[in-house]
Amino acid sequence: MIGLWSVPLLFALPLSLGILSLLVVPKWRPRLIFLGLPLLAAASLDVLAGLATVGPTVYRLGDWAAPLGINLVVDGLAVGMILMTTLVTSLCALYAWVYLRDHPSSTTFFWPLLWFLWAGMNGIWLAEDIFNLYVGLEVMGLAAVGMVALRATPQALAAAMRYLLAALLGSLAYLLGVALLYGAYGTLSMAGLQEAATNNATTQVALALIILGLLLKTALFPLHAWLPPAHGGALTPVSALLSALVIKASFYILMRLWLVLGPEVTPEFTAQFLGVLGAGAVFYGGWMAWRQHHLKQLVAYSTVAQIGYLFLFFPLVTNTGPEAARLAWDGTLMMLIAHALAKAALFLSAGNLILAVGSPQISHLVGISRFRPMSLFSFGLAGVSLMGLPPSGGFTGKWLLLHSAILSGQWWWLIVLFLGGLLSAAYIFKVFRMSFREGPQIDRSVTPPLTLDVTALILASVAILIGLTAHLPLHWLRMGSVFGVG
Amino acid sequence: MDWNSLILLGVLATSLVASGVIFLLAESRLVLRTVVNLTAAVLKLVLVGWIVLGVYQAIEYEFRFTIIEGVDFILRADALGIMFVGLSSLLWLFTTIYAIGYLEKAPNRSRFFGFFSLCVASTVGIALAGNLFTFLLFYELLTLSTYPLVVHRGTRESLRAGQVYLYYTLGGGALLLFGVVALHVLIGDTEFVPGGSLAGLDPSLHPMLIIIFLMMVIGLGVKAALFPLHAWLPMAMVAPAPVSALLHAVAVVKAGAFGIARVVYDVFGIEFAQSLGLLMPLAVAASITIIYGSLRALAQTDLKKRLAFSTVSQVSYIVLGISLFGPIGAVGGLMHLLHQGLMKITLFFCAGNYAETLGVHKISELDGVGERMPATSVVFTLGAFGMIGIPPMAGFISKWYLGVGALEAQMNWVLGVLILSSLLNAAYFLPILYRIWFRKRDRLWCEGKVLGRFETQASLLFPTLLTAAFALAAGILAGMPFSPLYWAELIVGREYLQ
Amino acid sequence: MSGAISGYLVFAWSGVLLFGLGLFGFIVHRHLLRRLLAFNIMGSGSFLVLVGLAQDGRGVDHVPHAMVITGIVVAVASTALALVVFRRWYRASGRTDLPEDT
Repeated sequence: MIGLWSVPLLFALPLSLGILSLLVVPKWRPRLIFLGLPLLAAASLDVLAGLATVGPTVYRLGDWAAPLGINLVVDGLAVGMILMTTLVTSLCALYAWVYLRDHPSSTTFFWPLLWFLWAGMNGIWLAEDIFNLYVGLEVMGLAAVGMVALRATPQALAAAMRYLLAALLGSLAYLLGVALLYGAYGTLSMAGLQEAATNNATTQVALALIILGLLLKTALFPLHAWLPPAHGGALTPVSALLSALVIKASFYILMRLWLVLGPEVTPEFTAQFLGVLGAGAVFYGGWMAWRQHHLKQLVAYSTVAQIGYLFLFFPLVTNTGPEAARLAWDGTLMMLIAHALAKAALFLSAGNLILAVGSPQISHLVGISRFRPMSLFSFGLAGVSLMGLPPSGGFTGKWLLLHSAILSGQWWWLIVLFLGGLLSAAYIFKVFRMSFREGPQIDRSVTPPLTLDVTALILASVAILIGLTAHLPLHWLRMGSVFGVG
Repeated sequence: MDWNSLILLGVLATSLVASGVIFLLAESRLVLRTVVNLTAAVLKLVLVGWIVLGVYQAIEYEFRFTIIEGVDFILRADALGIMFVGLSSLLWLFTTIYAIGYLEKAPNRSRFFGFFSLCVASTVGIALAGNLFTFLLFYELLTLSTYPLVVHRGTRESLRAGQVYLYYTLGGGALLLFGVVALHVLIGDTEFVPGGSLAGLDPSLHPMLIIIFLMMVIGLGVKAALFPLHAWLPMAMVAPAPVSALLHAVAVVKAGAFGIARVVYDVFGIEFAQSLGLLMPLAVAASITIIYGSLRALAQTDLKKRLAFSTVSQVSYIVLGISLFGPIGAVGGLMHLLHQGLMKITLFFCAGNYAETLGVHKISELDGVGERMPATSVVFTLGAFGMIGIPPMAGFISKWYLGVGALEAQMNWVLGVLILSSLLNAAYFLPILYRIWFRKRDRLWCEGKVLGRFETQASLLFPTLLTAAFALAAGILAGMPFSPLYWAELIVGREYLQ
Repeated sequence: MSGAISGYLVFAWSGVLLFGLGLFGFIVHRHLLRRLLAFNIMGSGSFLVLVGLAQDGRGVDHVPHAMVITGIVVAVASTALALVVFRRWYRASGRTDLPEDT
């Protein structure tokens, strides 16, 4: 079993580092990343190597049997998410290492929370049963709330409180659904549920609760109200992590559960309904993003919009035939990964622009293209992917979704993709327009440290490059899924 | 991976790498930037020349890799593509020299030349694209890289023009995307092959194919400035003169026209397109644009705006030639792709020279300018004669072939369009020539700049003279090997008559 | 037999009732402490459902116990965090509810 021994390390390591960072003096907390990041990167790559050699497997933690033991699923999807998390979190951590020097009061708890967040996310990617998913959601969610509260301004605290209430409500709905499913079928594992579950009222109520809870956590329109203040108001590296990764976790659970249970036990309109909510998110989020005056609020609303694309997965994968469903799977994952990379890059570069002009107002970016081209360039590259223009991951994802929509005869989703793309162009170019306007001829802007610019640029470049080599990640991601070959 | 595929990447890389390097250079590194610019442009021209010789000897150049299953990124040099590459890389060199002179001491030059090179890379990509996917990729990249050039001056007016430009091109791009994806669903990866790849499809799909064709032509027509999708082009004239000259007169509009040629010849196939009844509407749209553009040009008082509407009109000659069912019309259209490019860039360079040297923008301010700037004015006159179609200028040859092609395709009314348009061309160019040569100077020009030994800066004058020489040669030496006429016949012989 | 069945249903139904009560409280109250209490009641409700439903006469099932213990730990942690954020919010703004929360 080459490689697989490092599977538990993926959450054991960040948990230990989290505890360790609480024990050391604050001055040493940031430096733990130079221990943690290489270790976690190595563990992630090792798991990838394991997947490549032994194929998708279920790893039994401590060799205990389920249900008391914990089963971890190591398939293409899980490993893909782990790699994405490692890349994005590492770069955000490097960014934070420099960025937080100006926020000394926030550093005390940022680092422990970061490690716990990471542990929670990796736990979710790997969990095979719905209760451990709950635990992972809570660990991740509480860490995320703590990170939003770090800024300690009244606005940040209100946003954190709102976020916490939404997250708790979502978790409880999810937990009640889990309780009902366990009561009905006596199993928590996804595989077990897939075998046992039948189409009856209990299953339907349970699934409805679970879906509702997860929608709230994913901030799908119209349950998105908590997201913009939380993501837009947090410290820049926190915003990036939350928008890029945290909301993806609950979507990931939804996706997995849907493939296991969805089409069999939900009424037929459910999938279409989720798609319609997604369309609502695309339009509403895009419109609101365009209307914002604060740069980070714009980016946060853009997240609301982009979440909508992911929900086209449900109508496109349900009862549409194997080819269309596979394209929907590929397209949604491409969208998800591209958004994670691009949105992290967008938040980080927005943070750099804000640092440069010393103001969060978009109107203060006048003429900045002359003085801070590099920050703007990262913003632009990330924007290209979000607009779904080639060559980028966002474009490849959109292409696959379009393909799937046409193949399954659901032309109405084309309109969503069409208008959504134009709306995102409108809000991204709103920023550009301002930056190209000629303003004062003297450079009054501050130069952000190079690390900040470089991390944003790396993320944005990967978001672009992944679109050009998409068949490799997509091939890996399919391993062990119903769409996979091996 | 052999040399023949690497050389294609090389053609693309020369301007991509140049763009990256230039972005990183500090604003003050004038010499280094100039060296990078010119080296890249010359290198590209050499590589393209090499490929031209190869394509002439029917050597295959292809580069491909897989993006997603069933979708490849393909670069391929065929006669049609290499014609467009040749045009853009030749004019890139001249325009770069011109722009270096034109933007001397202007701010934001790193940004300008960075995006400028990126534009050329996109144009080359469009020309070399071997399938619709790759074409689309570079087509959108062209939109993105031209936006910063349109808004370069950062004034309210240019920002507005940039916005309009984006609305049009992004909307058009999205329509094109739908068409491409729909074709992809029907037949898989849509590679460009002579004669097209759709003729064998089931007749029940034909209505769908017509819709796809419409979406794609509308999407491409935005960049080709087909009426009523042309409004962005005159507005975009707020950009600096080199941008107007290369991008708006050549690269962007040609990308649209070239795309239509690809779709008609290499995706649908000319015979299949004819059997679906798609060519006639295209010819009508092109004819309307030709007349409309000329009429609007007549009404302009600003020199660049008049030239812009003239572009709207002239680019549609290419589309018209494509939509004439028959080899002679096709030769006329394809040849005009080169002719119009050479002539129009010359005219824009002249307009830039007038503006930069004398501060002249309006046509009414041109009185007596021939005496002050004889070389520029002679060149402008030649360009204008070409546009009107006076023999033996290049424009005449295009129009001649178009006319004969129309008779061959039994669309006699097209002759009427050609004649009317030539009259209109004369009506809007001759008054300018009259003012230049025969009116006395009636105002003071603002001549603040140190101009050197010539009537204007050498870096502005010589590119103008060179492009004019090429335009002149294209007409007079049309019978020689490697002239536009010769190359267009080669393309038609290889691809059209399959 | 019937006693056992009705017994486990009684627990489960009370759990659902508690969850409903909690949800009601969560929605109607503005005061953050009350909402927090309501959340705890909802949590207890779902734990009761979890334990109650699993007792279907097959004897003691230890899995729900393990889950409920984990769940209680999570609930305590969430409550603690919520209290911290609430106290800071109260100190910063002097309010016990969230703004524009009408």
